[in-house]
Amino acid sequence: MDIVKLTLTKVPELYLEAENITPDHFAGKTAQQIGELHVHLGNTTAKISDYFTVEGKGGATAADTKIIISGPTDKVKYIGMKMTAGEIEVQGNTDMYTAAWMAGGKIHVKGNVDSFCAIGMTGGEFIVDGNAKNYLAASYRGDWRGMQGGKVIVKGNAGSDTATFMNGGTIDIGGNVDVHLGTHAEGGKIIVRGNAKGRVGGQMVKGDIFVLGQVERMMPTYILKGEEEVELDGKKQMFHVWIGDMGERHGKRKGEIIYGKIYVPSGKAEAAAPAARAERKKKLTDKQLEQVKEAFKGQEPTVQQVRTYIYDTFDIDMKPMQVSRLIDGLKR
Amino acid sequence: MSKTCTDVICPFCGTLCDDLIVTTDDEGKKILNVENACAIGAEKFLHASDHSHRVTRPQKLQEDGSFKEITYDEAIEYTAQMLANAKKPSMYGWSSTNCESQSVGHEIAELCGALVDNTAAVCHGTTLIAVQNVGIPSCTLGEVKNRADRVIFWGCNPAHAHPRHMSRYSIFPRGYFTGKGQKQRKIIVVDPRPTDTASLADVHLQVEQGYDYELLQALRAAVRGNELTGDIIAGVPKEKVYEAAELLKSGRFGVIFFGMGVTQSLGKDHNIDAAIMLTKDLNDYTKFSIIAMRGHYNVTGSGQVLGWQFGFPYSVDLSRGFARYNPGETGTIEVLKRKEIDAMFVLGSDPGAHFPMECVKEISRLPSVAIDPHITPTTAICKVHVPVAFVGVEVGGNCYRMDNVPIEARKVVEPPEGMMTDEEFLKAVLKRVKELKAN
Repeated sequence: MDIVKLTLTKVPELYLEAENITPDHFAGKTAQQIGELHVHLGNTTAKISDYFTVEGKGGATAADTKIIISGPTDKVKYIGMKMTAGEIEVQGNTDMYTAAWMAGGKIHVKGNVDSFCAIGMTGGEFIVDGNAKNYLAASYRGDWRGMQGGKVIVKGNAGSDTATFMNGGTIDIGGNVDVHLGTHAEGGKIIVRGNAKGRVGGQMVKGDIFVLGQVERMMPTYILKGEEEVELDGKKQMFHVWIGDMGERHGKRKGEIIYGKIYVPSGKAEAAAPAARAERKKKLTDKQLEQVKEAFKGQEPTVQQVRTYIYDTFDIDMKPMQVSRLIDGLKR
Repeated sequence: MSKTCTDVICPFCGTLCDDLIVTTDDEGKKILNVENACAIGAEKFLHASDHSHRVTRPQKLQEDGSFKEITYDEAIEYTAQMLANAKKPSMYGWSSTNCESQSVGHEIAELCGALVDNTAAVCHGTTLIAVQNVGIPSCTLGEVKNRADRVIFWGCNPAHAHPRHMSRYSIFPRGYFTGKGQKQRKIIVVDPRPTDTASLADVHLQVEQGYDYELLQALRAAVRGNELTGDIIAGVPKEKVYEAAELLKSGRFGVIFFGMGVTQSLGKDHNIDAAIMLTKDLNDYTKFSIIAMRGHYNVTGSGQVLGWQFGFPYSVDLSRGFARYNPGETGTIEVLKRKEIDAMFVLGSDPGAHFPMECVKEISRLPSVAIDPHITPTTAICKVHVPVAFVGVEVGGNCYRMDNVPIEARKVVEPPEGMMTDEEFLKAVLKRVKELKAN
């Protein structure tokens, strides 16, 4: 396998659209030819070599090509869009549409990714070591085909609208997810190892969702069907099975209606009951307060920034109102 | 003596009332009286013709923070230079102007590779996303007036936001099949607060704030006769949900009106998605429609014009020479927040008053032009403010009502002397941009 090394040397002033960074485009090209490929910044067109240093060369085919991207790539969009084979490894963070409409191969992002990653994915493997933002593995606006195949693994948290219109493939999220998980899903498998915020499986027709933590508030249109032993990660576990969405159309197989299923580990059913709202008063200790103060010293942070920081470091989900008071307090 | 104009269009809200009677003085310069309009509409006419407080020439922000008067030509030059030299300019607003101006603006945007976005971004944009996902079974307001006997107001308060909507179309009027007016209609209001609209309702479902999606899905399940989990669903007792479902199914013609309470609360497009699907489900039992309560008088028109020119109703990105669209990436708030643009052009809207502070700060940092008849928070932070004539009062043009019916607005008075209209100004900018791009 031939390796192409891209290093971002010049941080773009706006955002860079780099849909040409895929093994499909790099295959059979020398470093110089790769450097000639286009990247876009607003209404201007530049070359990859204007922003990146290129080393190595592409393999004979896409499958023989591996791309290693390093440097501050936070502002680069569309990496690996529509790739069909080969491998991409990103050392840092990437922006939106990483692995969008991916059909094959492998992308490994060692940092965080932004929204709309892996949308409309049909195959391949997408691994994120950090967090993903909203619309992970969802569909493009108006499309009824979201993720249709392949595998998405996010080791951190994911945002809202994950797996909208999913109808195949597997998503594995190590952390928590925000609202609207698997909306309109018509197949596929989602595993959330942390907590889910709510509206899990809204309008779901078919498919499986595993939430190994808590579901903060189950949809009223899901009905507890009973306990079932299901194999997950190679070992059998007992799960409470919720079926639904009762408000949505459902197909029949052998005279039996097929519902979407949400699996919650047994023993956590109480927390998953719809009336129970996990709304404990959440406060920071003095030590944590000091840490927040230190982190935002001399800045004017927004409520969202502080909230995200608190969520990421202490795993406390504070209400925006609380955070805003906290910021006022710190200023004083 | 005075002159009377009948059938004048009111350029305030999306209801676009078309029965106003405006009395002007003989020369057609001053408005003396406005009949039939709501308080807000009448005020819009009366205060437009009071020229004493109006800015009549463009002004430029100076380094010390004060504004200095400049000529229209200088303003045109600044705007054209700014748009032509930017790598990714944004052209936002468009909701308070006529379709003719919008069309000229879009031509500029296409030449400059700009983002075009209208106020749907902070309003009913989520509705448009939901419509793309699941379609929309809709009707015109005339049908509502003549047929509807089940009316739902979900997350909207027309008593204050669309003052004449209830009396002209939805609650009180006596239509062809609704001869008894209000007596024949059942009104359901879904709102976390007891609003003035809710006081007119037969059923007020006081939904828990931010749980509209759960209630809508529960209603869908109830319409299908499926069971629900829990006794209280999103703040509403379970029996009441089943009762409401029965009430809706028993009607002959129903309509759902929805507003900002569902489009901009948690869930956004998913709420509308569920509301549209509820409408679709109810069509298995009776006839049902759904209409968005659009705010600005021509925000619908902006969606229409963008739709026929570029194929997308808002948040259109033309930077690569072809139209792309993805709210969340190409929306004005997102690009301002992420610092993705390098110039800002605002026409017929007031982002300074409605955007998050972070975005407003970004506007003030960028080269920016605001086109607005009034002095607003936006014009106060933009580098150049260009005052223009009031559309619907001082200049006519095409506008779209909230149910997508085009209505031609009328001119009733003359603008202050020497003032340009939106269209004239944009055409001049377009001409200059063409010259700049030719080199």
